[in-house]
Amino acid sequence: MSAPETPRGGGGNWAVWLPALLFAGFLAVVAYNLSNPAERVVRSALIGKPLPEFALQAAVPGQPGLARADMADGKVRLLNIFASWCVPCAVEAPQLAQLKAAGVDVVGVAIRDRPDELQAFLARHGNPFTRIGADNVSKIQFSLGSSGVPESFVIDGKGVIRYQHIGEIRPEHVPLLLRQIEEAGQ
Amino acid sequence: MIANIGLAALWFAAGLALLQFLAGAQGLTAKGGVLAALVRPVAIMQGALIGLSFIVLVVLFWITDLSVLLVAKNSHSAKPLIYKLAGTWGNHEGSMLLWATVMGLAGAFVAWIERRLPERTVLATLAAQAFVSLGFYAFLLFASNPFTRLDPVPAEGMGLNPLLQDPGLAFHPPTLYIGYVGLSVAFSFAVGALLTREVGPAFARAMRPWVLASWIFLTIGITAGSYWAYYELGWGGWWFWDPVENASLMPWLAATALLHSVSVLAARDALRTWTIMLGVVAFSMSMLGTFLVRSGILTSVHAFAVDPTRGAFILVLLALYIGGALCLFAIRANTINEGKQFTVASREGALVFNNVMLSGILGIVLIGTLYPLLAETMGDKVSVGPPYFNSVGAVFTIPMLIVLAVGPMLRWRRDSFTRIRPVMVLPALVAFGAAVICAVAGVALLPLLGVALGMGLAFASLLPLHGRKLRTVKLPVWGMVIAHFGIAVALFGMASDAAFTKERLVAAKPGDTVAVGPWQVTFQTIAPVAGPNWTAMEATLQARYSGGSAKELHPQARTFWAPVQETNESALATRWNGQLYAVLGDQGEDGRWQLRLWWKPFVTLIWYGGLLIALGGFLAMLGRLASDLRRVVAKDKIAYRRMRQGR
Repeated sequence: MSAPETPRGGGGNWAVWLPALLFAGFLAVVAYNLSNPAERVVRSALIGKPLPEFALQAAVPGQPGLARADMADGKVRLLNIFASWCVPCAVEAPQLAQLKAAGVDVVGVAIRDRPDELQAFLARHGNPFTRIGADNVSKIQFSLGSSGVPESFVIDGKGVIRYQHIGEIRPEHVPLLLRQIEEAGQ
Repeated sequence: MIANIGLAALWFAAGLALLQFLAGAQGLTAKGGVLAALVRPVAIMQGALIGLSFIVLVVLFWITDLSVLLVAKNSHSAKPLIYKLAGTWGNHEGSMLLWATVMGLAGAFVAWIERRLPERTVLATLAAQAFVSLGFYAFLLFASNPFTRLDPVPAEGMGLNPLLQDPGLAFHPPTLYIGYVGLSVAFSFAVGALLTREVGPAFARAMRPWVLASWIFLTIGITAGSYWAYYELGWGGWWFWDPVENASLMPWLAATALLHSVSVLAARDALRTWTIMLGVVAFSMSMLGTFLVRSGILTSVHAFAVDPTRGAFILVLLALYIGGALCLFAIRANTINEGKQFTVASREGALVFNNVMLSGILGIVLIGTLYPLLAETMGDKVSVGPPYFNSVGAVFTIPMLIVLAVGPMLRWRRDSFTRIRPVMVLPALVAFGAAVICAVAGVALLPLLGVALGMGLAFASLLPLHGRKLRTVKLPVWGMVIAHFGIAVALFGMASDAAFTKERLVAAKPGDTVAVGPWQVTFQTIAPVAGPNWTAMEATLQARYSGGSAKELHPQARTFWAPVQETNESALATRWNGQLYAVLGDQGEDGRWQLRLWWKPFVTLIWYGGLLIALGGFLAMLGRLASDLRRVVAKDKIAYRRMRQGR
C-alpha cells in the first residue's frame, strides 16, 4: 500500500505494478496446475509392506476362506475388499469379471456380511472370487489400512502389498490395475 | 418450450451487454459518441432480460421440467417445493446464471438511479460492468448452459445432494452471491474512475451504498453459512478454514477494508488510490473465490461442483478482468492525486492502520488457501489448517481489534492519544480483568486473548455514544457502534467456544444417562422415522440443565434414497448461555449407539454477533441513503430558486 503521507511524484513508481505482478504469478501457477492435473491417487503407506497375519473363515459355503498363508505361494493376486450392502461394489463387479477373464486371481474379503445376502449378491453380480474370507468385525480391513469398501490390493507372490486402489474399480482403471499386477509379477 | 424462452432471453441479454460495452466505449472517445445515449436504456433492458432468464429457470425447477438436463440432474418430483426452488441455484449452471443476473440487475440499477456523477464516469462504469458481464454470459452460453435439453425425457430426476436439502441452502448461497456480485459495481466504479481519472468524495458517495449493501449480504451469508455448517455437518465446529469458506471470507475482508477507506474518501477526500485498489481487489477476490470453488483445483469438503474445463474458462476470465484492472491501475495510479494529508493520531490514521491489518489478514487467508496449490506445483501435497490460520491471523487481528477500540474516539485529521486516554481506561481494565480471570482458570492463550479483547471491545465500542444525546446520534454512527459491538459479541462467542466447550463421545443404550458440562442427558428410545425422501434412525434424548426441566432432543442418522447418502442430523438445545449439541452415530457390535455430545457456552453469540454486524451496516446504509436523498432534494431546491430568480 502507498503511505498516504508520501507525496506523489509523477515519475515511475514501480510498486504500483506489484499487485499485477503477483497476480501474474498466481495465474502462472494455476495455469500450470490446470494443464497438469495431478494424479488424484492417494499413495498408500502400506505399499511394500507384507500382508498382516490373518486367517478368515469361509464367507459362503462351498468356497474356501482366506488366510495370509494362501497369499504367499508365488502367485500375484488381487485382494478385493467388498460387501453385499455396498452399492459401489456392485458397480465394480463387471470390472472384476473383466480382470478375472484377463487371468487375474481375484480373492475377496467380505466386510460385515451375512452368508445369505452375500450369496444373493454373488448370484446377481457374478462371482469373480476364488476365495472369500468373512471379516465380520472389520479387523483385517483396518489392519490393511482400508477405510471403506470397496478397496483393492495387488499382492505379489511373496504376500507383499504392491498397490492399493481406493474406491470402486471403474472401466478406465482396469488397464492401470493390469499393469500393476504385471509389474508385481516381475 | 419455456426453456427456449430462457435461453433466448440469455442470448439477447448477452447481445445487449456487448452493445452496452461498445456504446459506452464509443461514448468515452474524445469526440463523445452518439451512442452514449444508448448506454443507460440498454443496461436497463439487459437487466430485465437476464432477470427473465433466471425467472424461467426458477419456473422450470418449480414444475420439475425433466426435459431440461439441469433439472433432471438436480431435482426430483418427490422433493419439497422449497428445495425444488432452491435447486435452481444449488448447482453450477444455476448459480452462474444467478451470478450473471445479479450483475445485470446491478448494472441496470446504476443506469437507472446514478445521476450525481459526471456522465463520463457513469458511461465508463457501465461499460466496465458490461465487459465483465460479457465474460460470464460467454461462460454460461458456451460452457455452462443451464437450458440444455434432454432427449428422451427421463421418467424421474436424480435428486439433490441431501446435505444441501436444508432451509439454510434456500438462502445461504444466493445471499453470498448477491454480496459477491454486488462488489462488481464497486469494481466497475473503480475501473471507470481509473479511465476518467475522476476520483473524489462524490465518487466515494456513489460507490459507498454498493459496498455497504454487498458487505451486508456477505456478512449475513457468511454468518448463515457458518451456522449451517455447524448444525448440518454434525462436527460441532463453526468454521473449518475450508477453501470454500475462505472464498467467502476474502471478499468480506476486502469489502470491510473498502468500506472504511471509502468513508475516508467521502468524508476527507484522502486515500484515493488505495480506495480504487481495494475496489478492484474486493471483486477480484469474489471472482477468485468462485474460480477456486468451481474449478475443483483445491480439494474441499464443499466439493459440490468440480470441473477442470470450466476452471480453465474462468481462469481466462480472471486473467482478463483482474489482470486488466490491475494493469490499468498500475498505469493510472501515479496520475491520480493521493488527496488530503493527515497525521497518524487521527481517525484517518486509525482507519489506515485497520485497513493495513485487514489486508494483512486477507493476505494470510489468501496464502493459506493457495499454498497447497503452490506446494503441489513443487510436487508436494500439503493442506493448511486451523493452526496456521488461527495463530498467524491473530498477529494481525489483535492489533486491529485494539485500534478498533480506540479509532472511533479519534477526531478526523489531527488528534492526540493523550486526549482520549481517560475514556479508554475502563475498557482496558475490563479486558485486563477478563484476561486475569481466564489465566487463573487455565484458558489457553488465544482464547484468553479473545475473551479479554471481546469484553474490552464491547465496552469500547459503545464509547462513541458516551456523553451524547442518543436521540441526536446519527444513523451511520449508530451503525458503526452496533457493527463494532457485534464484532466484540462474535469474538467473545468464538473465544468462549474455544475455551469452555465440553465434549463427550460415548456408546450408549436406551436408559443410559450421560453427563456433559452442567447437562444430564438421558438416552430414552431409538426408533426409525421416515421423511419425504429419506428414512432415519431417530434417538430421543432428555436433557436437563443443572437438574432443571427436561428438554427433548431428536438427533437422527438419516439415509437419503435419491441419491443414496447418509447424513447425521444434529439436535440442539439452546439456552441464553450456550448450546447443547447432540449427534447420533452408528450402532456398534454390542447394540449400543454412538452418541457425541457437546456443551458449548455462549457459542450462539458468534452468529448473533454476525447479525449485529450486518444490522450495523444496514443502519449505516439507511443513514447514508437518507442524507444522499436530502442532498439531492436541497440541490433541486437551489436550482429551482435560481431558476425563478433568473426569470
